[in-house]
Parts: sequence; C-alpha cells; structure tokens
Amino acid sequence: MLRYTLKRILTGILALFVLACVTFFLVRLMPGSPFQTGSVSEQVVEAVEREYGLDRPLPEQFMTYMGNLLRGDLGVSYEDPGVKVTDIIGRTWRITASLGVPALILAILAGTFFGILRAVSRRRIVRETISAVGMILAGIPGFAVAILLLLLFSVQLRLLPASGLLTPAHYILPVTSLAVYPAAVITRLTGNALEAEMEKDYVLFARAKGLGRKRIIFTHALKNAWRPVLNYIGPASAFLLTGSFVVESIFTIPGIGREFVNSITNRDYTLIMGLTVFMGAVVIGVNLVTDLLGAWLDPAVRRAYQEEAG
Amino acid sequence: MEGQKIMPAGEKPARGKNGFRRYFVSDRRAAAGWILLGVWILLAVLVPLLSPYSYSEQNASIQNSLPSLSHWFGTDKFGRDLFARVWYGAGLSLLVGLVSAGLNGCIGVLYGAVSGYAGKTADMILMRIADVVSAIPSMLYVILITLVMGAGAGSIILGLCIAGWIDMARIVRGEILRLKGMDFARAAQMEGISPLRILVRHLLPNAVGPITVNFIFLIPQAIFTEAFLSFLGIGIAAPAASLGTIIQEARSQMMLYPYQMVFPLLVLCVMMAALNMIGTSLEQRNRRRTEV
Repeated sequence: MLRYTLKRILTGILALFVLACVTFFLVRLMPGSPFQTGSVSEQVVEAVEREYGLDRPLPEQFMTYMGNLLRGDLGVSYEDPGVKVTDIIGRTWRITASLGVPALILAILAGTFFGILRAVSRRRIVRETISAVGMILAGIPGFAVAILLLLLFSVQLRLLPASGLLTPAHYILPVTSLAVYPAAVITRLTGNALEAEMEKDYVLFARAKGLGRKRIIFTHALKNAWRPVLNYIGPASAFLLTGSFVVESIFTIPGIGREFVNSITNRDYTLIMGLTVFMGAVVIGVNLVTDLLGAWLDPAVRRAYQEEAG
Repeated sequence: MEGQKIMPAGEKPARGKNGFRRYFVSDRRAAAGWILLGVWILLAVLVPLLSPYSYSEQNASIQNSLPSLSHWFGTDKFGRDLFARVWYGAGLSLLVGLVSAGLNGCIGVLYGAVSGYAGKTADMILMRIADVVSAIPSMLYVILITLVMGAGAGSIILGLCIAGWIDMARIVRGEILRLKGMDFARAAQMEGISPLRILVRHLLPNAVGPITVNFIFLIPQAIFTEAFLSFLGIGIAAPAASLGTIIQEARSQMMLYPYQMVFPLLVLCVMMAALNMIGTSLEQRNRRRTEV
C-alpha cells in the first residue's frame, strides 16, 4: 500500500512538473510581446521586458520560474502589475469552489439516484426514459445548458436571477448547469455497474435467503458498484473547472474561470501560466486522492498491494 | 459505407444485406442514430453547395429577420442567412471532429498495441508517460496550443491530439494483453509469424469492437471541445464559422432574438445525440457478445 501510495504521489508530482514545463515553453512561444500595445515605443517595451527579466536567456528564465514555483510564487500579473497571481487565485478560487463542490455533490446524488432507478426499476418506461434523457443530456454542451436555463428561467419566466452570486437563489442556475453533464455520466456509470452486479450469484443468494430488495441494493450491490463513480470524480472535477470558464462568463460570476478567459483575451502571460498550473494541480490532486481512496477502500486491491510489499 | 465498420470481425455469417436489415430492425436505437447522422451529414454537405445564400454574404436590408420561407432559420445581425451559415458551421464542426478522432484513434491504437504487445518494462514506461500526460485536463493543452498557433481548426486538432489518444491507448492495450495470452495468438507465435503480423492480422481485428466504440465517442468529444473554444472566442476564427462561433455571435442579442441561438444549438445537440446513440448501442452489443 505504501509503495502504491508513493508511486501515485510521484506520478502526480511528475505530471505537475511536466505541466509547468509545457506551459512555460508554450507561453514563451506565443507570438508577440505582452507589452506591445502599439502606442508604446521600442525602448519602453525593451525597458519593461528587462525589468521583468524577459531579456535573459531562456534557460535562465526557466530556472527562475521553476525556483519561484517551488516557493509558491507565481509572479505578478503583466496586465495589472502590483497584483500577484497568487492573490488573484486566492480571491477567486473560493467562488469557483462554491459552485463546483455543490455541483459535484448534486451530480453524484442525482446520478446515483437515477442510476439505481434505471438499473432496478420494474417499470420499463422508467428505465427507458432515464436512459434516453441521460443520453440527450450527455450530448448537450455545458454552455448550451447554461444558456437554455438562463433563457428559460430568468428571461422568459423571470423566476431566478441571471447574474452574480448575491443570494442562494443565484446559485441555482450555475450549479445546475455545471451538474447536468456529470450527473448524466454518473447515471450511466451507476446504472451499468449495478445492472452487472444484480445479475451476480451473491445477489441471487441474498434473494433466495429472503433479503428485501432495498436491502440487497443498498447494502450489497451498491457497495460493489461505486468504483466507477469514484474513478470518475477526477475527470468530473476537470470538467467542472473547464466548465466554469463558460458558466462564469455567462452568469457573470467573478471566479477562476472568468479570470482565466480574461487572461487569455488580455494575453496576460504570467496569469495564464499561474492559473493553468493551479488548475492542473487541483485536478492532479483530486485524481490522486480518489485513486488512493479507491485502492484503500477496495479490499481486493489493498490486499494485492500489501502482498506485493510484504 | 460507414455502416460497414459496425460489422464486427467476430460476427458470424450474417453479413451483407441481411445482416444490415437485422441490425436495423433489432436495434432501433442504433438505427435512429444512423439515420439522424446520415441526414445531418447530407445537410451539412448539400446545404452549402445548393443554398442560394453564402455563409458569409452580408445583407444590411434583412438584418435579424425572423425565420421565413426564404430564410428558414432567419438571418443574423449582419443579414446573413442562418440556414446556410448553420450548416456550413456544422460541416466544419464535423470535419474537426472526424479528423481529430481519426488522428487520435490511430495514435491510440498504435501506442496501445505496442505497449500491450511489448509488455514488461517498455509497457510500464509507456503507460506511465500516458498517466502523466492524461493527468492534466485536455482543455488546457488545447487552449495553450490555440494561443501559440493562433485560432483555427488546425490548432484545435493539434491540441486535441496531445491528450485525446490516451483512452484509446489504454483500451487497446488492455485488449491486446488479454488477447495475446489466448491460444490462437500462442499458435501464431509458435508458427514463427513476425510480431508485427500477429499484431496487425491476428490481435487487432479481434479488438475491433471496443476500438470502434471508443472511436465513435471520440468524435462528439472533439466537437464538444471545438464548440466550447469557439464559444469562448478562441476557437475557429472569422470569416470561417463553426456551430460554436455562431452560438457565440448570437449571444449578444439572445434576449431579443433567441432563435439565432436555438437553431445552431439544436443542430449541435442532434449531432451529439445521434453519435451517443450509436456509440451506446454498439457498447451494449459488445458487452452482450463478450458475455455470451
């Protein structure tokens, strides 16, 4: 187990390092200087570039960047000198997390519920409706969901506010539009896994023993069907982060996603790099935690690794 | 022609016309998917060719006109015919989806096959590399690449190819690992057939089911990403337009003219639904076959 944990942590760190390198060199390859705005003379641009150390040879810049990164320093924003990238992240991550975490929870709850219903419902119409609706929802891009919800509930019906995050009601639309796709995926995963479990011998035995259906589903079959869902949480968090780009820009929410989109339009290189590394780190971290949790909770995997170590 | 691919290698005699008919009758969901997809592709190809309007022709006298007999989807804020524009964009979206899915599919099959067949250290190293690459959200690669190379279909496809092949590689590797221990593969090895030939002629054809399913799902993923980026304004650059671009352009006046946004959205969703229907039904067929 310890060896597995160490191996996974090492892979995570390596991935983070690769991400930092890739971002650094790609950003350096981007055409144009961030300070060329047209009205500024050559000398001024050169002076500013010297100030930011952009005139140094690339390897030296790279070493400085990596050194700073290790100390948790992501540099200052080019667009807004005086503002540190870490401050921007510190200001915005809470807002994005306050949308993403509820969305993830909602997606897991709704997905598991509908997944169970799809797998065990005795009514054909319920099963078919859930799988058809799930398929359609999984086919609608996140931004489309957000726009359709916005058009329907705030423009046509005027039931819910369209922008900002002032009251709990403001959270309903953005959280829902983020949760729709992951919920559809989790429904499919739970449904498929549970269906496979329900056909196994131990379920038959439990039924023969006279256990109730609910008992069989919740204490026996579901326990064995959660693995794909746990594995999906990592990709889901990546989806929620990238989904926040559009959802935050549609509902004008000042979170990390909108900051990232703005940094792209402003060509604010340090901010792009900082936010990319930060988001990559979050996703790598979530993947690491769910992987370890999965290995730790699954007796078969745990035993395999213990034997390997011992 | 595309229907041919869905006939898996392991399928018994039911080939040709009869096999098709049985497939369509027995699997109504797949049939609906294929029909939707076929109509969709036909429209995407034919509308730009036959329409009296061009996708980029502006006409100030008919700005923002509602859907009518002469302009089926109405016109946008520059007086461009939306019907022609939406289907032109649909074609571009489809092209991006197909090309990147094709490239990713090839890379993935190759990588996975080599990794699975080589085994041992080479396999371990190759799979760790894949782990590292896939740990980072693919969208971030695509965004960085479009920033470096400029917005356009080319950079989106390139960006998608950085991490898009990994799922395919993992699936193919798993299949090859499973297949290479089977009797027919052992027999081929003992006969002294070269590894390359065993891989290409004996092992890969048996893995064609999962490969096809994954390939089908790669297409909507790519179209998703392209629409997402174009919607953010960093995807396909003007004057070209994809469905995402058209949706983005309609956004500024979606309160006044929601139809300008609803039509491209619908077209996009129909495409996604059709591909998902085909993919899911194929997936279920594969599972049923392995269980039997």
